[in-house]
Amino acid sequence: MRKVVRGFYSIAYSVKLCRPNVIAAYPITPQTEIVENLASMYANGELGECEYVTAESEFGAASILVGASAAGARTFTATCSQGLILMSEVLINAAGMRLPIVLVNTNRALSAPLSIWNDHQDSMILRDAGLMQIHVESNQEAHDMVPVAFKVAENHKVMLPFMINMDGYKLTHAYEPIDLLDQETIDEFLPSYDPPVYMTTKNPLTFGSYAPPQYYAEFRVVMQNAMDRARKELENAYKEWAEITGRDWGGHVVAENVEDAELVAIAMGSLTGMVRDVVSELRTQGKKVGLLKIRTLRPFPIEEVRKALKNAEKILVFERAVSFGHEGPVGMEVKSACFGLTPEFYSFAVGLGGRDIPREEIVKIIGNVYEGKVEQGFHFGTVKPFEEVIV
Amino acid sequence: MVSILIEVRFHGRGGQGVVTAADILAVAGFKDGYYTLSFPTFGAEKRGTPVASFLRLSDKPIVSRDEIYYPDYVVVMDPTVIGPVKVEAGLKAEGRLIANYPKGSEDLKREMGWDFEVYTINATKMAMEHLGRPITNTAMVGAFVGATNVIKLESLLETIEEWFTNKELAEKNLKLVKEAYEYMRKVCGW
Repeated sequence: MRKVVRGFYSIAYSVKLCRPNVIAAYPITPQTEIVENLASMYANGELGECEYVTAESEFGAASILVGASAAGARTFTATCSQGLILMSEVLINAAGMRLPIVLVNTNRALSAPLSIWNDHQDSMILRDAGLMQIHVESNQEAHDMVPVAFKVAENHKVMLPFMINMDGYKLTHAYEPIDLLDQETIDEFLPSYDPPVYMTTKNPLTFGSYAPPQYYAEFRVVMQNAMDRARKELENAYKEWAEITGRDWGGHVVAENVEDAELVAIAMGSLTGMVRDVVSELRTQGKKVGLLKIRTLRPFPIEEVRKALKNAEKILVFERAVSFGHEGPVGMEVKSACFGLTPEFYSFAVGLGGRDIPREEIVKIIGNVYEGKVEQGFHFGTVKPFEEVIV
Repeated sequence: MVSILIEVRFHGRGGQGVVTAADILAVAGFKDGYYTLSFPTFGAEKRGTPVASFLRLSDKPIVSRDEIYYPDYVVVMDPTVIGPVKVEAGLKAEGRLIANYPKGSEDLKREMGWDFEVYTINATKMAMEHLGRPITNTAMVGAFVGATNVIKLESLLETIEEWFTNKELAEKNLKLVKEAYEYMRKVCGW
C-alpha cells in the first residue's frame, strides 16, 4: 500500500510489523515521533504481546532492553545525539553480551555548542562499539531495513545489536510516498526470535560477567568473528529482501559508473540521492565521474569498497562528521580499504549541525576536485569568515 | 522527455501551520499522481517565530532534499514576515508569490517594489470567520491551488477531509479551503 507518510511513521509502522516484544524509549528530538507513534499503537492495542516501557532516560531505556533481550525478547528502541551518547555505555555492554537489540538512530549533531540538527557525529562516536551500523538514503529504505536489522541481529551466527542510521529532520520530518509493507511479507521474511541462550527465573544466567585477563580477549575475538560472519549474513538478508519485496537496495555498497570513472564521489545517508543526481548530470556532460554509496558501515565492507575504487584516480568523500585531530571518519575507513592503491584523496565535511547542503555546493565541490582546483586531503564545506577568540 | 519539477516554499510564523501546509499538499499532490516531498526548516518550535517549509512535486522520484532556493511558487501565510524575511528570495522570474495580505496585490507590489506576479488574499480574516482562530494554513493551501492549478481541488478537499480526524473541524476547514480557492480563482481571472 503506497501512501504519503512522515519518516517517523514509516519506521514505527515497520517496527510494528516486526512484532517486537519489548520497546523501551525516552523521547529526544528528532526521534520523538517514532516512539510517540509506537506508544499510540501500543495504547490502541495494535502491538500484540508487546510491552512498551517509558524509561526515565536513554540509559534506562537501553538497560531495560538489555534485561528484556537477555530474557529472550525481541527488543527495539530509537534515539539520537546526546541520547545515543547517554545510551552508549549500555549499548557497548549489549554488544559484548551479544544481545540483538535493534535501534534506529535519527542522526543528529553533538553538543557543544548545542545543536538539534542533523549530521553523523553521534553514530560515528559509536563506530567501535560492536554494533552493526547501516545508513539509509530515504524513508522507504529506512522502512525496509527494520525487518532486515532484526533478521541479521537475531541470526545465531551474528547475535549483535543493530543500529539503523537515518538522517534527523531531512528524513524523519519529511512526508514522501512510502510502500508500506504488509504483515504477510514480514512474517514470511522474519521468523520469530529464537534466542540461542536466554534466562528465566528458573534458569538464571549471568550476562556480561567479570572476565579477568585470562578470559577477556576471547570474548572480544568472538565479537570480531561475529562481525565477520555478519558481512555474509547481512548481504544475504539484503538479497532475500530484494527477492521478496522487489525493492533492491543493493549490497553493502552501491557503485554506479565507477568502472571508467576518474573521480568517484562517496556518500552515505540522505545526501546520496542528490550526489547521484549531480554525478549523472556530469556524466551527460562527458565527465568521468562515479558514485559510491556506502550502506553498511559496520561490519565495514572493505572488499566491496576497494573493488569499487580500484580504477579511480580521485576519491572524494562527503563527510558528515569529524574525528577531531585527524579528518572525517568515512575517509579514514575508505583509505584503509584502498591500502596499496594510490588514488588522490579528497574529503569535505558538509552539513555539520544541520547546515543545508545546497545542490550548488555539491556541484562546486565535485567540479573543483575533478578539475584539480583543490588540494588533496580533508576540508570543511562552506563556512563563514570568522575570527578565533582562543588562539 | 521533459520531467516536471515544481518547487514551492512556504513562509509564516510558528503556530500558523506552515509545516502542515506543505505536508497537506504533499499528500494531495500524490493523489494527483505526482511524486511528492515536503519538509520543514527546524529550530523555531515556538509560536510566533518565522518558519519556512518546502514542497517538491515531480513526475519522477524526488532525490534532492536540500532546501528550495529557486522556488516556482512562494506562499506567505503571515503578512508580518514580508520584509523581515526575504520571502521572495530566488523566486523564478516567471514564478508567483501568493500572500496572506490585507490589501490588494498591486498595493503589496508597490510597497515592496516587486515586479513579479503577486496574488493576495486576506486569509487571516477568512480563517477568523470560519475557525475563530488566525490559523491560515488551510486557507492558504486553498489559495495556492486556486492560483496555480498544479493540484486538483478535489484532491485537496479529499486530503483535508482525511487530515482532520475531528469531523466538525474538517467541515469548517473544507468550507475555508473552498472559499479561499474560489476567491483566488477570481483574483487570477481563471
